[in-house]
Amino acid sequence: MKISISKIIIFIFVIFFLLVFWKGLKLNNNYDTKSLVGNRISNFELTKIDDNNKFITEEDLKKSNYTLINFFASWCAPCRDEHNYLLNLSKENTKIKIIGINFKDKKINAINFLKELGNPYNFVGADKNGKISILFGIYGIPESVLINHDLTVIKKIVGPIDQFQYNEILNLIK
Amino acid sequence: MKIKFLPFIAYLFFVAPMQASNDQARLLEVYKNLRCLVCQGQSIADSNSDFAATIKLVVQDQFNEGKTEDEIYKFLISKYGEWIVYQPTFNKNNFLLWALPYAALIFGGFITFFLVRGAKNNKVN
Repeated sequence: MKISISKIIIFIFVIFFLLVFWKGLKLNNNYDTKSLVGNRISNFELTKIDDNNKFITEEDLKKSNYTLINFFASWCAPCRDEHNYLLNLSKENTKIKIIGINFKDKKINAINFLKELGNPYNFVGADKNGKISILFGIYGIPESVLINHDLTVIKKIVGPIDQFQYNEILNLIK
Repeated sequence: MKIKFLPFIAYLFFVAPMQASNDQARLLEVYKNLRCLVCQGQSIADSNSDFAATIKLVVQDQFNEGKTEDEIYKFLISKYGEWIVYQPTFNKNNFLLWALPYAALIFGGFITFFLVRGAKNNKVN
């Protein structure tokens, strides 16, 4: 039986495309920015929520071994869910500093939010127009970014912190 | 004396509006090539979401600082990954995506050529 070259080429192409589709089906298509772990934070400056003359910069972040940067807002319901984990983290662990960035919120509402639920943050800054959130690859809140003294992102949490992620943070900062 | 102001008035009424509309057009081109990550199938240009509004602010800032379109795309890719741009850059991970259509075209041409030649030969025989 004679098999022509064109038939072999078509067969190889069909097999190749099937392999590509089969591999494509197995890929995880859920978008998140966790792949950005390992990037360094730069051009960071954050003004204190209740005092425009006070701010922190990259140099301040370098002083702490680990810093958890948490984006929150008074209008964000899931932020309430994660708040207890942040309070526990600030009470039980001295190795980590927690910076809160109040995202597109009214100052008075943010202050009342912290009075009501407690303040786990070492510093609370304001991101009134959301521009700072872009530096951290944020696309919805709550989101948290764990960085080391080198300002390298070592973990990014999209959504509220839960028990599993809380334990993961503790493991990372051991 | 009045003639001295003529270039200034001409700039104000003719050149400045043209420059502004050129800048707007360039900004719109950048917005159109950016994906709104929280929307269903919309670009930053199409979307009025909070996320799109913030991205527009950042792009405007960088544009005013004199950054090129490529520099703006690079910055946003470094923060959100390549998914944020509609036109991915050419690299080792996606070279097949760019090369396959051309490869398929060339192979298709060869196959068609051989099939046609084969059919012609059969006819002659």
